Amino acid sequence: MTQQCYTNQPDAGGHYGPYGGRFVSETLIAALDELERSYAELKASASFLRELDHDLAHYVGRPSPLYFAERWSQRAGGARIFLKREDLNHTGAHKVNNTVGQGLLAKYSGKTRVIAETGAGQHGVATATIAARLGLSCQVYMGEEDIRRQSLNVYRMKLLGAEVIPVTSGSKTLKDAMNEAMRDWVTNVDDTFYIIGTVAGPHPYPMLVRDFQSVIGRETKLQCLEQTGGLPDALVACVGGGSNAIGLFYPFLDDASVAMYGVEAAGDGLETGRHAAPLCAGRPGILHGNRTYLMEDDNGQIIHTHSVSAGLDYPGVGPEHAWLKDVGRVEYVSITDDEALNAFRELTLVEGIIPALESSHALAYADKLARRMTSNEVIVVNLSGRGDKDIHTVADIDGIEF
Amino acid sequence: MIHLSRIATRFTQLQQAQRKALIPYLVAGDPRQEVTVPAMHAMVAAGADIIELGVPFSDPMAEGPVIQLAHERALEHGVSLRDVIAMVAQFRQRDSDTPVVLMGYANPVEVMGPGVFAELASDAGVDALLTVDLPPEEGCEARQILASHGIDTILLLAPTTTEARVEYLCKHASGYLYYVSLKGVTGASHLDVNSVRDKLALIRQYTDLPVTVGFGIRDADSARAIAPLCDGVVVGSALVDSVSRQASAGVTEIQAMLDPMTGLLSAIRSAIDTV
Repeated sequence: MTQQCYTNQPDAGGHYGPYGGRFVSETLIAALDELERSYAELKASASFLRELDHDLAHYVGRPSPLYFAERWSQRAGGARIFLKREDLNHTGAHKVNNTVGQGLLAKYSGKTRVIAETGAGQHGVATATIAARLGLSCQVYMGEEDIRRQSLNVYRMKLLGAEVIPVTSGSKTLKDAMNEAMRDWVTNVDDTFYIIGTVAGPHPYPMLVRDFQSVIGRETKLQCLEQTGGLPDALVACVGGGSNAIGLFYPFLDDASVAMYGVEAAGDGLETGRHAAPLCAGRPGILHGNRTYLMEDDNGQIIHTHSVSAGLDYPGVGPEHAWLKDVGRVEYVSITDDEALNAFRELTLVEGIIPALESSHALAYADKLARRMTSNEVIVVNLSGRGDKDIHTVADIDGIEF
Repeated sequence: MIHLSRIATRFTQLQQAQRKALIPYLVAGDPRQEVTVPAMHAMVAAGADIIELGVPFSDPMAEGPVIQLAHERALEHGVSLRDVIAMVAQFRQRDSDTPVVLMGYANPVEVMGPGVFAELASDAGVDALLTVDLPPEEGCEARQILASHGIDTILLLAPTTTEARVEYLCKHASGYLYYVSLKGVTGASHLDVNSVRDKLALIRQYTDLPVTVGFGIRDADSARAIAPLCDGVVVGSALVDSVSRQASAGVTEIQAMLDPMTGLLSAIRSAIDTV
């Protein structure tokens, strides 16, 4: 049997098969070229890599633990489920792995200002955090609807010295925040570094965000070998834009024995149309600088998405996921709001870990998957973030007011 | 027999008359579907040489607030790419000379398929396509399909475009070139005439195609400042804003809704004819 290689993407133009690329206005081409050049240089620079490793260890708190969720596994009664504890990172999610990296890129490129888009607010907080530490001015674009849902993170960003700019156009969520950040970047391209929070956007962003997040999978591989004596049988991660998923998957892509599941948000159910699952129920198109699977109508207009978790409420997905779906390396599935909320409550009760609603989608699918597997088998779930930020959302659902 | 396109014919005529092209922009279907075709005719009557017709898109990333809202209004009425093409066909019933350029984003054409688009657009009398988020590296195949149907691909150049890239873009452009006068979105107000002059001089070294300038031209003064440097000026946000103000003030009669807009366009026409 010939072993196919899945880690040789993208091509020189930033394409993952037919996906990815660079679909932006002419004004941004030079900035993307410059970013690509400086990233290629810094990736080979010992001092940059030393500083990155240092910050990941001493500022973020890496490596994050790989934790055997024994009681939760027993309750499911199948495979042994391990949790990669990205929720224990500084700022409470995997997002900071990327902002530490891009923040250093900004610093080395001499930019004095960073901007970001945010949905759940985790990427905004992680960007504001790194901007505070590096002494960069920081503005974060956030949809009005998300500002309402995630007031805690909005205040955190303000405390960190960032300005949160409400976005009132379109659906007032993550996609519109990204449009607005692009508009800012095109206007202030000389002094501004745009820290994109997921593996989407124009080349080289999907590649460099993947590279920065791949620390998750590299650590997992070592930890899994150490704790279980082998590679995991399955990996499970939630997919909005898909950065935590690609971070976990990428170092395992060429390990044929490892099955991988990307979990999209089915919202009220795929059949209702109220969801955020472009890989499961969308089709290819072009948005935010790349070709990928999108939620769109017959006329090519992007349609509104729905998920209980703001971080998954995005109509597109990273182009590498689109390619991994087409070539069949990763299976993409979906979990409804209700299923995710159940997993949220159960993990909290059984393991004393409050997961983010985003990560709860991965947990809910792992629970289903584990039941079809045996206790000799191992599943690793990326617990991409902690759930403190979602307390208001869950309390709302429970009819509780603070 | 060499068949000249409407765009080439128009620029040849303008050159002979030593005039600059006036290129107004409007979003198809804004504020209502039935306004668009009358607005196009009114623009021609007010001195327009070429019309850029915006194709509504849900995520118009290069637009400032004025044109973003125009896209949203058009989409509220469900205006699709097919509808826009139909509007051009309707416009062509009374005007067979004025070039019409569709300006928009990659996805609606991607979803329709470039082949289907090229055929429908060509039949309707569309002359060119300007896709904001489709640099030539990504648009190679679409460009060839369009060319085979006689549709030009208008490319953008920007203040940040390097000299090597100016050369590359000039090689792939057809119809005319569109220089984005500033770093920013449509309707921005920080136009720098000197930097436009320098960049246009560079662009001219690599092309004989007409070079137009847009973004940031909002009135007679700014048009008068830019026109001597180029072959045509594009005016968008100021016109879109004028019509939408009338509409939101409750003016429903189409002629009355368009009057201030055509007044502004006439004033710009006079300004660039005196340079």
